[in-house]
Amino acid sequence: MAPLRQLLRSFLPFLVGVPVLLSAQWAMEYSGSQAYTLLLVTVGVNVILAVSLNVVNGATGQFSLGHAGFMAVGAYTAAKITLGLAGFKLSFLPAAVSDQLFFALALAAAMAAAGLAGVLVGLPSLRLRGDYLAIVTLGFGEIIRSVIENMKSLGQATGLSGLPLRTNLVWVGVSALATVVMARRLSVSTQGRALFAIREDEVAAEAMGVDTTGYKVRAFVISAAYAGLGGALIAHAILLATPRMFTFVRSIEVVVMIVLGGLGSITGSVVSAVVLTLGLEALREFQAYRMVVYAALLIVLMLLRPQGIFGTHELWDLPFFKRRGARKDAGGAARAGGAP
Amino acid sequence: MSIATLELEGVTVRFGGLKALLDFDLVMQPGELVGLIGPNGAGKTTAFNAITGVYQPTEGEVRVGGSRVNGRKPHQICARGVARTFQNIRLFRELSALDNVRIACHARAESGFFDALFLTGRHLREEARILSRAEEYLEVMGLGHRRDEVSRNLPYGEQRRLEIARALATGPKLLCLDEPAAGMNAAEKVELMELIRSVRDRFGIAILVIEHDMRLVMGVSERLLVLDHGCTIAAGTPAEVRRNPRVIEAYLGDAYLEEKQIAVPLPEGSP
Repeated sequence: MAPLRQLLRSFLPFLVGVPVLLSAQWAMEYSGSQAYTLLLVTVGVNVILAVSLNVVNGATGQFSLGHAGFMAVGAYTAAKITLGLAGFKLSFLPAAVSDQLFFALALAAAMAAAGLAGVLVGLPSLRLRGDYLAIVTLGFGEIIRSVIENMKSLGQATGLSGLPLRTNLVWVGVSALATVVMARRLSVSTQGRALFAIREDEVAAEAMGVDTTGYKVRAFVISAAYAGLGGALIAHAILLATPRMFTFVRSIEVVVMIVLGGLGSITGSVVSAVVLTLGLEALREFQAYRMVVYAALLIVLMLLRPQGIFGTHELWDLPFFKRRGARKDAGGAARAGGAP
Repeated sequence: MSIATLELEGVTVRFGGLKALLDFDLVMQPGELVGLIGPNGAGKTTAFNAITGVYQPTEGEVRVGGSRVNGRKPHQICARGVARTFQNIRLFRELSALDNVRIACHARAESGFFDALFLTGRHLREEARILSRAEEYLEVMGLGHRRDEVSRNLPYGEQRRLEIARALATGPKLLCLDEPAAGMNAAEKVELMELIRSVRDRFGIAILVIEHDMRLVMGVSERLLVLDHGCTIAAGTPAEVRRNPRVIEAYLGDAYLEEKQIAVPLPEGSP
């Protein structure tokens, strides 16, 4: 009984989320409006990237500029696996199910590989503070890119093409949900508070028993793993993985999203990832002026509201949710499910 | 005799050519209240930093509860039961009073990241335990009504008390208070010193206090150590220290003379 309740509590957001996503996917296929699928996938992936980067840059107060690098690690890992397994299938299962199982494996491997890269980059560099970390992660992103550009097995500058179409709304939705649930659960846990403590005052956090280096590395690894997931998803949506998808500019884009939404606010990261992705799409008409308008929007917003749209506030901090939360006691993190 | 809570043996801290602390010895038994005094720059805070692992002693040995802690990181020393406050308040400014204390409870938490992400039973139990403990410490320090206030908005005296609550929440055997009464008025200081003594009695922990206000620290501590230029110039009961001519010379000089209403001749050339 107890383990069952435990499982239910852990996966409640997904029990609600998966049927919704499945029906959305079905409606999409039924109505044949495939044009919007890629846009929705992009939105979802950007939510994953923004919310996961926010764990490091917002909650822990470290400045990482290497998110695109971890995306690349995830994308190429997953791409190699799906390409390698393209000919195989589990004979006792329908082809579609077998493919999806392999994709799940590829996504898990992508997260693991990106997480491992997170450990390798994080362990030496998180002993440094502030600007140094930014420079190290920036360098890491560029190293990953040039390694890929020079490796024959990874397709060099042309990248890996001809990936099978695996990413759908369900995968992206579940992944985005998982990212938000992770960030939300972390933010209301004692581990998350330890991360906030590091952001507020590293010396005091250390003196109060927080293993600051260890916690920074953990936050960094979690964040990197989700970036890898995002990279794998986008690669299997556009059926391509090239070094040009994971440049420094991509990292900056994500940083812009979380700064705009409000550093440290999960709601802010979600909202600004959605708004900026859709906004950039809407600005497609302006063509050459698109980036000018985009940049001008950012400048205006930073002038009017330098702390970002949400500051450090969350949707669930509103009085309405507070009252519900008080009745349900502090534990219930299920509400995070509604956000993406 | 039980194992000493804290032992420092010949601890020396050097910064290049500067000797901030020289051959410092200190033994604290459980439940003892010791004052550490000395003029500005005497090495008091350096001693604290050597104890809590912020600085590594150049020479000598620091033992907490009988085991050597040289080379340990501050959080490891905290886990062994040494907590501290800071001379210039270092609260987690943007977080609530409750969260400040809850973070300190984290030092003794048994759940990990995995538990937090999957909401395991252990995680929920730990969170409930941490919450009730944190509220208890806020109550003890008279901050129960400030529970949800952002700590940077608290009045100065309450910030100081919150720092003590936070330090207590790490579950220490030794509490190091670095000038807890700095910036307080006379009435607040007396109140604080009574509070410190009551904390000691209630939790049965050893307390080491750095304080500038001589009368106050002499009233509250059972034993005093006096530092000057990194050297221990006196040690003993407040009454002994008060009579020690080296202390009077180094530290009490002005106050002592003033108390006796002896005019101090101004040096030539001063206005």
